[in-house]
Amino acid sequence: MEGLTQQALLLSLGLFVVGALGVFLRRNIITVLMCVELMLNAVNLAFVAFSRQLGTLDGQILVFFVMTVAAAEAAVGLAIIIALHRHKDTLDVDAFNIMKW
Amino acid sequence: MGLLNVLPWMVLLLPLAGFTVLCLFGDWIKRDKEDNGAGIVACATVLIAFGFAVWIVLLLAGQVWADPARYRAALGLPAAASPYQPHGPALFQPAERTTFTFYWIEVAGLRVPFALLLDQLSAVMMLVITGVGSLIHIYSLGYMAHDEDRTRYFSYLNLFTFFMLLLVLGGSLPLMFVGWEGVGLCSYFLIGFWFKKKSASDAGKKAFIVNRIGDAGLILGTILAFWTFGSVDLIEVTEAVTSRPTEVGVGVLTAICLLLFVGACGKSAQIPLHVWLPDAMEGPTPVSALIHAATMVTAGVYMVARLAPLFSRSETAMNVVATIGAATALMAATVALVQTDIKRVLAYSTVSQLGYMFLACGVGAFGVGVFHLFTHAFFKALLFLGSGSVIHAMSGEQDMRKMGGLWKKIPWTFWTFAVGTAAISGGVPFLSGWVSKDEILASALHSGKTGLFFIALFTAMLTAFYMTRLLCMTFFGHFRGGHDAEHHVHESPWSMLLPLVILAVASAVGGVVINIPHFLEPVMRLEEHAEPHYGWLPYLATTMALVGILAAFYLYVMFSDVPARIRARGGVLLRVLEEKYGFDLAFNWFASRVVVDGSREVLWKAVDAGLIDGTVNGTAGVVDGVSRVTRFVQTGLVRAYALLIFGGAVAVLGYLVWLR
Repeated sequence: MEGLTQQALLLSLGLFVVGALGVFLRRNIITVLMCVELMLNAVNLAFVAFSRQLGTLDGQILVFFVMTVAAAEAAVGLAIIIALHRHKDTLDVDAFNIMKW
Repeated sequence: MGLLNVLPWMVLLLPLAGFTVLCLFGDWIKRDKEDNGAGIVACATVLIAFGFAVWIVLLLAGQVWADPARYRAALGLPAAASPYQPHGPALFQPAERTTFTFYWIEVAGLRVPFALLLDQLSAVMMLVITGVGSLIHIYSLGYMAHDEDRTRYFSYLNLFTFFMLLLVLGGSLPLMFVGWEGVGLCSYFLIGFWFKKKSASDAGKKAFIVNRIGDAGLILGTILAFWTFGSVDLIEVTEAVTSRPTEVGVGVLTAICLLLFVGACGKSAQIPLHVWLPDAMEGPTPVSALIHAATMVTAGVYMVARLAPLFSRSETAMNVVATIGAATALMAATVALVQTDIKRVLAYSTVSQLGYMFLACGVGAFGVGVFHLFTHAFFKALLFLGSGSVIHAMSGEQDMRKMGGLWKKIPWTFWTFAVGTAAISGGVPFLSGWVSKDEILASALHSGKTGLFFIALFTAMLTAFYMTRLLCMTFFGHFRGGHDAEHHVHESPWSMLLPLVILAVASAVGGVVINIPHFLEPVMRLEEHAEPHYGWLPYLATTMALVGILAAFYLYVMFSDVPARIRARGGVLLRVLEEKYGFDLAFNWFASRVVVDGSREVLWKAVDAGLIDGTVNGTAGVVDGVSRVTRFVQTGLVRAYALLIFGGAVAVLGYLVWLR
């Protein structure tokens, strides 16, 4: 494997782990949402790296899809956060736990 | 198209046309209360059909059956050699005799042609149905003259005639089954014709339900026959048995025959499915004569005779048929001894005579069975119509204990009735019943089933006894009804007497003039057993009958207080006979205890509520219990879900990368 690809994948892995840890450990919803974006972009990086390595455009096309989804998700997610905040006056993820048995 | 291809269709479709006309324009034809237009339409169709039937019989009787060329020419077939050559010394020689029109059902291997089967057997049946049928139609003109619903009545009669003709003319088992069900339906309609009377509608339902039991056997037999022979065509089936005798196992044949015989038991009122026939007397008396004496109830005999090659291959089936026939003959004759309702005596007598016919078939003398069917149609229709005339004279009274001494008041009815009694009792030589019953006795004796022969002989005596008892109680002695009733007794109108006279003549000479077994010979060659004549047998049978007649005369005319004393003393035997051997009680017990209670306790409470509901509720309970534990996974914390999803993704990836 080429050095540049390897380095890009390592960076992608690092970003993904940071994002995942953020999702699981942080309690502020906005931070969680941002961590999700981070994970998506880590994947984007991996796609681009593989695209370059393999010499095809498939990975880059997928990146556009991911970016589209991420944008939509950010819009919807932020709207939900605003709605939640209006109800509870808090942004703590664990405060929103009434959707259960 | 030869004449013999067209005529059966004319015979078959005329009554249907009558039915259609009466259904569509009945109200228009019957313009006022006195109008009898509906009856005249019905009579006309059946009478014309009878004319065609006579034509057919004359054509068939004129055939030289040994000469295939003439036979084929008569049928309108090309002069080529018949594809059905007799295979060796075959007992039955099928011939090409169907009128094919189109395939009614054509599914996979099943091909049911809509074809009529015309041979001597169906011609004889056709003659009986249209002949006796038209006389009974004429009789009904008088008998039903005062009934509001004459149009409905005559349309049913016409529909019945059509279905009965379809039954005997149908060339395949399913087509026969259509007629079979159709006559059952019309029988139900006509038994319950006076449906405002609860007993009448109950009797109709009883007949229908009991017949369903038999019909289930018929359906199963048909299916098994198709499964075995790959065909439901009557000729193909019988031909398969005759020409390739070793191909089909006797066990399968026995099963087919017994299943079909269950159907015959239902329709022809044999033990244990005979219980509906005595109750069927709730219908109008001409209906009893037509359906429950002359035609429909003989359908079972016709079917057994039609499938004679099948039955005669299976010894077990033949034994069952003969034994059931003899047992029914004896059982019904003994029950008839103690009945007091004039029509019920005749009903049990019919059951008994049908038993005789099955006995004849069961000992291999199918032609003799059909012969007795033929003569019985005359004298039993005569007796029923005569009893109808008596009931008419008595203003609806059917209890013989309230009759007596009628012979001076209604002489025509009396003399014709006496001829019928003489014919059925077999005490007067050369009357039709004497001839055919002797043939049955001779066949039974020849077959070696001596026990059955003695039962039949004894039953012959009983027959003479109860018929003479009926005659004596009704016509002799002094009048035992009320004074008003005696004053009201009157002879019936000519439309009722004319059929009686014609039937009396037919009952008297029908056995000698028309030699049915000989006529049937081309379709069912008699076995040799008719050949060795038992010269002494007619004397013995006649003596037995005369003993019965004289005993009844002695008991019911000379010393008419003796039966009352016997009845007063009671006794187990009398009790058993009056309870008709408890068949109705047994069926009631079976229906109420086994079927109803069994359904409630076992099928409902144990199976439905216990097993089925238990399974459904138990499944729900298990799901519920498991869910009560597993639902705690759903914490409501979004990050817990995310962790689970992540863990799951890692697990799947790990499996894909390392373990696969």
